[in-house]
Amino acid sequence: MDSRTELESSPLNEKPLMLQEAREQWTLLGLAIPAILTIVAIILIPVGWLFYLSFVGSDGQFSLEHYQKMIAYKSYARVFVTTFQVSILTTLICILIGYPLAYFLALLPPRLAGIFMLAVLLPFWTSLLVRTYAWLVLLQKNGILNDFAIYMGLWETPVKLVHNLTGTLIGMAHIMLPFLVLPLYGAMRKIERDMMYAAANLGASPVQAFWKVFFPLSLPGMLAGSLIVFVLCLGFYVTPAVLGGGRVVMVATQITAILEHQFDWGAASALGVVLLFATLIILYAAARLLKFDAVLFGKH
Amino acid sequence: MGWWKKPASDTQVTHGDRFWLYVVATIIMLLLVIPTFIVIPMSFSDSQYLEFPPSNWSVRWYTEYFESAKWIRATVTSLQVGILTMLLATPLGTMAAYALFVSGHRAAKAIFLFLITPIIVPVILIAIGTFYAYGRVGLNNTITGLTLAHTALAAPLVMIVITAALRTYDLNQERVARSLGATRLKAFFVITLPQIKFSVLTAALLSFLASFDEVIIAIFVSGGLNATLTKHMFSALRDFIDPTIAAISTIMVLVSTVLLLATQFIGSRQK
Repeated sequence: MDSRTELESSPLNEKPLMLQEAREQWTLLGLAIPAILTIVAIILIPVGWLFYLSFVGSDGQFSLEHYQKMIAYKSYARVFVTTFQVSILTTLICILIGYPLAYFLALLPPRLAGIFMLAVLLPFWTSLLVRTYAWLVLLQKNGILNDFAIYMGLWETPVKLVHNLTGTLIGMAHIMLPFLVLPLYGAMRKIERDMMYAAANLGASPVQAFWKVFFPLSLPGMLAGSLIVFVLCLGFYVTPAVLGGGRVVMVATQITAILEHQFDWGAASALGVVLLFATLIILYAAARLLKFDAVLFGKH
Repeated sequence: MGWWKKPASDTQVTHGDRFWLYVVATIIMLLLVIPTFIVIPMSFSDSQYLEFPPSNWSVRWYTEYFESAKWIRATVTSLQVGILTMLLATPLGTMAAYALFVSGHRAAKAIFLFLITPIIVPVILIAIGTFYAYGRVGLNNTITGLTLAHTALAAPLVMIVITAALRTYDLNQERVARSLGATRLKAFFVITLPQIKFSVLTAALLSFLASFDEVIIAIFVSGGLNATLTKHMFSALRDFIDPTIAAISTIMVLVSTVLLLATQFIGSRQK
């Protein structure tokens, strides 16, 4: 028996030792206090305040009028439909483009994959304003994309590619792609190559082995990435505002419009609260479904 | 064409069979990278209008930028807020990450979740919330107000990076130091910190960039003399197209590229 267990089992020392440990735990937690205070001041109080404002009517009394308006007015319904439409389409485009790219990267030897990964990381690290601006130029009427398409004979006269849904989707897919590729690539790397050999050994063709073994195993990673993309799209502001040219009104655009033109804090807050709850519900469902916990926090 | 017939994996798929995948992936990677870098040639155009490729080359938009008091002022503000955010968020996030990782307290996981809410809450909501709250306490259009808001956004990024680093680090080393008489504080600074310093550096770069590139909160909370570069860029993009933005964008791309390469270099040093 070593001295430690002896000490622990001694009834005389048990209490002070436990007290000491509890005190240390609390001191340690104290280190987190500055961060906690910042989040309380910047997130909890302001967002809580908006939550309160969303339930205050124009007469200053408690009311549900802002939420009732959302159900009653057609313009709100249109905003919600646009938001979901853009988010779903962007997510689908990202899956369609991101899956082959992640698969390609996962097939490469890690060192080479690291180099090609820069193609994903560089845009990821570049300001989204810069990328939105670049698309504005590329997609304009006499822009390079129109010129190229006409040169290739894809269409005859310049097509309107920006200041509409098309431009918004192209820009958003470009900005969101890394959020899908990075988790998906991570998941694909974790798939045991031996599974593919086993499938081949049992007579599966490469195509069969891919669809029956690799693809199902990569689904959790794809789902995790898609959810991140979808949730980020729901609250997106800059790209739809610039590339949508006022024609693609999503929730965030509507919130700022309400504040700029009507200065109606109640209505803007109510929209924000709906956006927040939609985000939380989706993330909660995802966490239960995918055990996100384990992904985010490991065993700890 | 030896390579073409060579198996690409042990399952006898040849590079030729996979050629389509290589082509598709290359196109996608080009589509990812080109729009990021196209601003560079664009910024050297002589034209008022956005044209690519430029018919005449010049540096007039750079001259315009460096001679404009508005843009320079905004750049200084962005740099100031970015550096202050980095200096605040890095210690704040590192302390919190260490505390929550080491203390086995029941509440640790709940606190961690609470501290990463800025990643989960839509930024537009944080933006209008802080705008409203700052209005009450007079923090709108101040460097302090914007720095605090950006610190709240950056601290969770720092926490995630540091927590990941601590997970691969053997905390028993700290226990050894303490059993040899070091205080917890000393053990952290002498034993733990030197081993996670590259992650701390990465976290610091990340938090600078998170602030420097942030748009939405800056649109609402910053203004007047303290408006950021991103705020001016956004209104310029929405209302009229000023080719000066191409020059500014080029500078921003260079900043990101240098920082990214720095983290990659740090990462390789770590191994």
